[in-house]
Amino acid sequence: MAADHDTITVEVWRGAAKGAFQTFCVPRRPNQTVLDVVTEIQREQDPTLSYRFACRVGMCGSCAMTVNGRPRWTCRTRVSQAAADGDTLRLEPLRNFTVVKDLAVEMNAFFDKWRDARGAFEPAPQVPADFAVVPPATPARQAADAAIECIGCGVCYAACDVVAWDPDYLGPAALNRAWTLVNDVRDAAPKERLAAVAGDSGCQCCHTHMSCTSFCPKAIAPTYSIAGLKRAVLWGTLTGGAPR
Amino acid sequence: MTPVLFLAQRLSAVVLAAAVAVHLATIFYAVRGGLTAGDILARTHGSLGVFAFYSVFVLAVAVHAPIGLRNVIREWTPWRGRSLDAILIAFALMLLALGLRAVIAVCVA
Repeated sequence: MAADHDTITVEVWRGAAKGAFQTFCVPRRPNQTVLDVVTEIQREQDPTLSYRFACRVGMCGSCAMTVNGRPRWTCRTRVSQAAADGDTLRLEPLRNFTVVKDLAVEMNAFFDKWRDARGAFEPAPQVPADFAVVPPATPARQAADAAIECIGCGVCYAACDVVAWDPDYLGPAALNRAWTLVNDVRDAAPKERLAAVAGDSGCQCCHTHMSCTSFCPKAIAPTYSIAGLKRAVLWGTLTGGAPR
Repeated sequence: MTPVLFLAQRLSAVVLAAAVAVHLATIFYAVRGGLTAGDILARTHGSLGVFAFYSVFVLAVAVHAPIGLRNVIREWTPWRGRSLDAILIAFALMLLALGLRAVIAVCVA
């Protein structure tokens, strides 16, 4: 199926762990996103193609895929960014995830690790008398703000080589979430959270390759969050406390 | 890697960075005019400074190398758990024993 400048040749992974690429030809359109291409294939050419999306505007974190070898959010990635004129677009499911079918991956293990890293806010046993005042200029608030905009798309997890080597490694997204809570002055379980991220597959496993930071579509730097956790865990180990 | 292992590996690395530099610089300085094994042993025998320096060096190696090896094995193989830790503790003790034996041979015997 040869593509001219009016069409894009798209190779799409079909199957699960075992499968093969299927080639499609899709009309090239102005400002077309990679998600537009997948949707056009599914609606116009092959309704059995499985993929996942929801918001289409970069909020929900559902549509991440491997696009020409790089993990990307497909709704905010234009074809012109991912493949130059005449280049083939190669779409695969995210690395480091179990493939359900075609481009859809199982995300349970990914989100289980958020739970394992104690990525949920722990309220104090007693309801505080008043709202907590957290001034925006405080270092802890700024550290939390820098990491808080994660949409859980899994791009960092797919980009991480340590996850590929050690499937138990908590991964950049879960550790980044834990870091936001370590810096949340209202949280009531800082010690427990540091213990959760300090295990054999915790923050110290990070090799600082910075793939997560390089690929994060929200421009978050999980590497810095993990470095913060390493410092906090180390300080907690030396002092027996739970530093903020 | 647990925090204690992480800390031990970093601290031993600091010791090793200094120890390796001193070790290499001493070798280059000492042999610049030609030196026999007998000359070296004549200088090291009974030297408390050499004994202390190389004992610390060996201890740092015995701490640092097994922790690093543990990380590599955990990342590149499915081997985990007590059997791995037991083997690496044995490896650490072996490094310590062989290293201290060499230190004693050079400084004491």
